[in-house]
Amino acid sequence: MRYGEILTAGVLALFSIYLMVKSAELPIGFIRGQGPGGGAWPFWLSGIMLICCAMIALNWWRRTSPPSQSDEPFLDGHGWRTIGLVGGGLIGFIVLIEIISMYGAIAVFLFYYLWFLGRHSLRLSLILSLSTPLLFFFFFEGMMRITMPTGMSFTDPVFDFLYDIIY
Amino acid sequence: MSMTKRALLLLSCAGLLATTPMAALAQEWEPRRPIDFVIMAGPGGGADQIARFIQSVAEKHDMTTRPLVPNNKGGGSGAEALIHVSGASDPDHTILVTLNSFFTTPLRQANLGIDIQTFTPVAMMGVDPFALWVHRESGITDFEGFLTQVRAMNGEYVMGGTGVGQEDSIVIAFMSAAYGLDVKYIPYDGGGAVARDLAGQQIMATVNNPSEAKGFYEAGDFVPLLAFSDERIPAYPDVPTIRELGQDFSYYNQRAVVGAPGMSEGAAAYYQDLFTKIYETEEWQGYLTSESMSPLWMNADEQRAYWGTQVESHRALLAELDG
Amino acid sequence: MEILGLLGDGMLIALQPLNLLLIFAGVTVGLFIGAMPGLGSVNGVAILLPITFLVPPSGAIIFLAAIYYGAMYGGAISSVTLGIPGASTAVATTFDGRPLAMKGRASLALVTAAIASFIGGSVANIIFTGFAPVLASVALSFGPPEIFALMLLAFATFVGLGSDDIPKTIFSICLGLVLGAIGFDQISGAPRLVLFDINAFLQGIGFLVLAIGVYGIGEMLWTIEQTRGEVENNTPKMTARGMASDAGEAIREGWKGTAIGSFLGFFVGILPAAGATPASLMAYGVAKMTSRKPEQFGRGSVDGIAAPEAANNSASTGSMLPMLTLGIPGSPTTAILLGGMVIWGLVPGPRLFVDESEFVWGLIGSFYISNMAALFINLAFIPVFIWMLRMPFTILAPMIFVLSIVGGYAATRDMFDIWLILIFGFGALVLRRLDYPLAPAVLAIVLGPIAEPTLRQSLLLSSGDPMIFFTRPVAGPITIIAIILILLPALKLLRRKKPAAVIGE
Repeated sequence: MRYGEILTAGVLALFSIYLMVKSAELPIGFIRGQGPGGGAWPFWLSGIMLICCAMIALNWWRRTSPPSQSDEPFLDGHGWRTIGLVGGGLIGFIVLIEIISMYGAIAVFLFYYLWFLGRHSLRLSLILSLSTPLLFFFFFEGMMRITMPTGMSFTDPVFDFLYDIIY
Repeated sequence: MSMTKRALLLLSCAGLLATTPMAALAQEWEPRRPIDFVIMAGPGGGADQIARFIQSVAEKHDMTTRPLVPNNKGGGSGAEALIHVSGASDPDHTILVTLNSFFTTPLRQANLGIDIQTFTPVAMMGVDPFALWVHRESGITDFEGFLTQVRAMNGEYVMGGTGVGQEDSIVIAFMSAAYGLDVKYIPYDGGGAVARDLAGQQIMATVNNPSEAKGFYEAGDFVPLLAFSDERIPAYPDVPTIRELGQDFSYYNQRAVVGAPGMSEGAAAYYQDLFTKIYETEEWQGYLTSESMSPLWMNADEQRAYWGTQVESHRALLAELDG
Repeated sequence: MEILGLLGDGMLIALQPLNLLLIFAGVTVGLFIGAMPGLGSVNGVAILLPITFLVPPSGAIIFLAAIYYGAMYGGAISSVTLGIPGASTAVATTFDGRPLAMKGRASLALVTAAIASFIGGSVANIIFTGFAPVLASVALSFGPPEIFALMLLAFATFVGLGSDDIPKTIFSICLGLVLGAIGFDQISGAPRLVLFDINAFLQGIGFLVLAIGVYGIGEMLWTIEQTRGEVENNTPKMTARGMASDAGEAIREGWKGTAIGSFLGFFVGILPAAGATPASLMAYGVAKMTSRKPEQFGRGSVDGIAAPEAANNSASTGSMLPMLTLGIPGSPTTAILLGGMVIWGLVPGPRLFVDESEFVWGLIGSFYISNMAALFINLAFIPVFIWMLRMPFTILAPMIFVLSIVGGYAATRDMFDIWLILIFGFGALVLRRLDYPLAPAVLAIVLGPIAEPTLRQSLLLSSGDPMIFFTRPVAGPITIIAIILILLPALKLLRRKKPAAVIGE
């Protein structure tokens, strides 16, 4: 945790510096008769962020903030595993949206989570992961008229059929 | 009528399974997906209202087999909409309602890599004129009075608009250059906010489309001084045009529909036909009149040529604005 | 008394069977739309359009107003049950709603939100009915300097919201403000902070992207990691008697917050650009400042739910005022309402009240009826939401993830935003682990894009002279109060720090 604290502060400080550099593409000073330039607001705020990072580092060195005193690891083995499985599942979910459509991705993600991570029965997992996307389809597309990504073109026949139902 | 059926189902809160059998009689191209109807402005502005009006006309007459789904992409003076449409994965189901930022944004943001000539012309629904407005309590009743007042204020006269590089700022820049005026220009995030602050007299004058000032004009709060159209605006017959004052200048905001780049010919023909029908409806013609817009009907080739001339004239106007 | 007559007629219009049906349907639909993270009353317009061709304009607008009310009630539901504020107006509701739900008192939180919303809406309706024209001119007197001063006041209430770690709190506020500045600079029209030169950043980062990332993904991952995925289910079953006792407790404990929220919310809500988000935040801040038990705030205080909920409902009603009296939209939803009026052939503007009196009063009458209908429908659905909370966490968690992703996409229809949500989610997990408070960032991303342009518009007006914030009759006092409020806790902190340091050593 103590290591994580200073590492994060360092990364955030670098990010702040990047934001400052990026803001400086527009005028950051006070333009006479007009007030601050277009980059002033984000530039000086990023500057404050940088100062905050320095203070966080100071507190780390003086060991005054709770994370800087803690010796427990940032995440233990089990923690990394959990985050990896769930977070990885989320990344897979989003990648799948572009391939097998939003609804297909929902079904796969739910099944993965319920059956593999949640260890629910196959029956319950299947029922939930198939009925949820169907319900979502009718709610979003039919009622709210919000179109979701339909993925690559091989899904077309399915969606042509579904759209024929609702319109 | 499928519309009625759908709505009734919604009313009974059971709008899940509406059965609307499709009569697939023609061989011609027909949309198979909801049509992504991208609007180059945020919700509530003039362009948005027009788009939603068009959508409601199409719905009312049940003109499309798949709905037009409005999609507001107003960010970055329309840059967001242009990026979205030019990168559309399904160009046959993506159309865009444009205003003049269709011309100005690619000019100002060359790094976007947008070439508007790759877009597919669909329909020119009309053009929106501009007029110069002041608040009634300012006591100014004509353009001469306005000029006197602005010169007397010596750089302290405050005008509001929707931002540097936007339509109204181009008009204001031209007017200032032509008459040697020095005004303060305050940018707002939309035409509604500009009208509000003129009503509250936070700013002294604006250049705005009649549609956005109409309510206040009818209540007697706003006074039009000058029109920037070729002819006098029919709703304001006593207001002179800048042409009458000897300036060779007019400026309109286009209200056009374009298709995504790479749209198939069949789809383009379908949309051109659809919007011709919408254009010819009584509702749209009535809307043109009530909102003081002018018709400027063009076929596809004429539209492409029009884009070319508009890009050139905007290039010149923007150069003046920045210079 | 003339007003009462008009209002009576208006209510009679709203009570016609068809309109009453529309109100109940609208409130129910709105409740669910509002409870979905990512969807809001704006989306209700999609449902409205087909109905427009079936019923007269007054019926259509009554339906939309009902959706609007339902969605306002619904916002609190996702804040309490899912921990994701579905709209920026409901962020303040998570501060105490979520802790209460974690303690197994979700029903108390939801009942409090419903009752406070009802009272806030009612107070707003009454003020609206009595003083609409007068208040409209007050609203118009607020120009950029006044709005900036108001934003300062909203920021002043931030100071009390952070954690004890001051650098981390300030970092969070600034991060939100800078993220809100991404996209275009409104004043110069130039692209700004296009990170890594990715053009998709031109559209800026919306509130929902950050909020869903932080709460829907980050907070969920954190909970799963902390509890090893086995969250104890301590939400008791909902009974009628339980609900009655919750209602009693809500009124006993939350009357003060409700009162503060109702009045403050309305006056902030009618101001242009301000709206319900700063209103709910300021109500929360004031309720905490005046509370006898300020230490309860953030740990599940009933007042802390009542104040923002009363305020956001009251403010949302208030934001109808500029629309009806001036024809100026106060929010995206009212903007679409206005568009609807144009479609129906009405001319929005100052004359609407006079020329279309029946229409306007029918709408105002429907506010009263919708508000009442929303209370009852909301209370009736609370057991359903409690039942959802009682699902095993291994079912609830993936559902929340799916809702976050789908809702995040629905809001902007852009895959780029989904990736951002995921990145913010992982970032939030790390920062959460290291005690960075993230609520300030989520609120700053809403307020920043209002504060910065008004600051610069004001300075343009004054040719760069900052005295404009002190010399204008309305802006001056607000600015001074805001500065005092910002400095006060800082002074307190300095004084408190010394003895604390002694103890520490």
